[in-house]
Amino acid sequence: MAINWFKYSAPSTFYGLAGRLVPWFAVPAAVLFVIGLYIGFFVAPKDAVQGEAYRIIFIHVPASILSMFLYLVMAGYAALGLIFNTRLSSMMATALAPTGALFAFISLWTGALWGKPMWGAWWVWDARLTSELILLFLYFGFIALHASIDDPRRADRAAALLAIVGSVNVPIIYFSVKWWNTLHQGSTIKFSGTSMHVAMQQSMFTLLLACWLYAVAVTLVRVRSIILERERNTLWVSELKEVGL
Amino acid sequence: MNQLSVVHLLVLVVRRDLLLAMRRRADVLTILVFFILVVSLFPLGVGPEMGMLRKMAPGVLWVAALLASMLSLGRLFSADYLDGTLEQMMLTPQSLSVLVLGKMIAHWLVSGLPLVLMAPVLGLQFDMPAQGLLVLMIGLLIGTPILSMLGAIGAALTLGLRGGGVLLSLLVLPLCIPVLIFGTGAVEAVASGLSAVSNLSLIAALLMLCLVFTPWVAAQALRISME
Amino acid sequence: MLEVSNLACSRGDHLLFSGLSLTLQSGQIMQVQGENGKGKTSLLRTLCGFILPDEGRITWYGDDVRDLSEEYFASLLYLGHHNAIKDELSALENLQISAGLAGITLDERQAVSALRRLGLKGRERLPTKVLSQGQRRRVALARLLVGNAKLWVLDEPLTALDVGAVALIQELIGEHLGKHGMVIFTTHQPLVIGDIEISRLSLL
Repeated sequence: MAINWFKYSAPSTFYGLAGRLVPWFAVPAAVLFVIGLYIGFFVAPKDAVQGEAYRIIFIHVPASILSMFLYLVMAGYAALGLIFNTRLSSMMATALAPTGALFAFISLWTGALWGKPMWGAWWVWDARLTSELILLFLYFGFIALHASIDDPRRADRAAALLAIVGSVNVPIIYFSVKWWNTLHQGSTIKFSGTSMHVAMQQSMFTLLLACWLYAVAVTLVRVRSIILERERNTLWVSELKEVGL
Repeated sequence: MNQLSVVHLLVLVVRRDLLLAMRRRADVLTILVFFILVVSLFPLGVGPEMGMLRKMAPGVLWVAALLASMLSLGRLFSADYLDGTLEQMMLTPQSLSVLVLGKMIAHWLVSGLPLVLMAPVLGLQFDMPAQGLLVLMIGLLIGTPILSMLGAIGAALTLGLRGGGVLLSLLVLPLCIPVLIFGTGAVEAVASGLSAVSNLSLIAALLMLCLVFTPWVAAQALRISME
Repeated sequence: MLEVSNLACSRGDHLLFSGLSLTLQSGQIMQVQGENGKGKTSLLRTLCGFILPDEGRITWYGDDVRDLSEEYFASLLYLGHHNAIKDELSALENLQISAGLAGITLDERQAVSALRRLGLKGRERLPTKVLSQGQRRRVALARLLVGNAKLWVLDEPLTALDVGAVALIQELIGEHLGKHGMVIFTTHQPLVIGDIEISRLSLL
């Protein structure tokens, strides 16, 4: 049976669908956070070299991965919106940006917390940390550009173009920062063993999944409010019972 | 025939913008003075110790060049936007990408080239060796056009927005980081007895990429902003 | 022939007009009427391709203007709210540059005679920033005299003009229509073109 995808790309239909989907992502996210953190703190063994402090990576790594992944997803949605003029895709891109920026920020923050015991400094110009900082700026640029344009259609299209240019640039920036880093300092601290303990892997993957589910849930909630705001003058919104005057 | 050849159109646009810049020489000079001023502030801030200044020089000059070109980008499209000439340019039966490329070239000639020419003099203030100065100049020569081209995208996207100038820097500066890294890397490579060729060819590669894509992207951005 | 069918246009979430259709043949002139804020300028800008309409299409001799773009622009002359002249340049330079970009070769003699016809004799070489509002509008209007655009889209062409200049513009429009041109315009001042009938389109 063919599914009519376009039916769901109409904001009015998607509004209801997103509302029904949110609990299916939010609840598993909460459960997996608890499980992942439990394994991370109580099951995973102490690292021979880094001691207890290494446990911050259970948050740090998923946050970093998601911040990069979400930027690409955001740019993808933005491109769809720009090329096919589908309003919902642009709204999704707008809804994803704050979550992506949040993960980039968490990644930087936990990176700093990890850096203090490991490197003896809160901030080290490590290649990955620096790239993450630049990524955060790219998110800020997207959000700021979108926010400063009043006309929603121009805002969507301009921000989309910026996101696409940014995503083309991300690999170049990453490569150049790595190049710069190898010029200036040696390699950073590695894990004691070549392979991670099983419990470490379990914790990290559980938390990665939890973060992803959280990102989906929050984005859906946010896109619902964006839909309401953009469509506030339409009949279907005025007929919603939660809107009732 | 109304459609002009690419070269003819480029010449027309560049001549127009240069003529306008000549009538507004003060704007051009302000940017150059800003560049010199920023560079001169560093020794005052970090102290006159020559060894450190020599080490800092390429970075300082490059960052100052970045900031100076951000300043001038605000006017790249906005002056034409405000008096309606940009509208008319978009209605000519010419390729908008080529028109935009013309404006990028003119912008670089007016605000990038003077920085390139001024850089060696400022480098001497920092006691840079002759070979380092040469590499710095080559790097700036092929690197500053990239700043004009990436900047044009930002300028087109922020056209007519309040607080456009600050926003423009926020959008464009992160994209310029690779140029900064390779530009300063080239000078440092020479200083430590290595060849600057790899760094410089990376900038040249970026320049080629920008030449191919940025005029078109900036043209699309203009269309979005003019709606 | 310019044909517009079922056009809808909105600014922000405010619908300006919808279901708008019009046809303009060679030698015809149309005035777009409506109070301030009813979308007159937006309609003209949509015709020029600046604004992507929400619905509907605009065709030029049967082809969608989106596909024609450069071909269409070659037959289009748009005069907007802004004069589109650079303050730092003289009237002559302004006219020559804008003609050049439009792909029209215009020697100095032709440019000077166009400016003189608009009553700018002796002011051709002054920077336009020293000219008065009305004179600057005249510099902008001189573009009507150069080039071979078939369709004129004029947004408030009479702003800041004195009686003599208004008569001149009416004469120019009459000549253009006589050469099988088309004109679509807005104005808040009366405009009479000989005995040619002006069709009217009202935006409510």
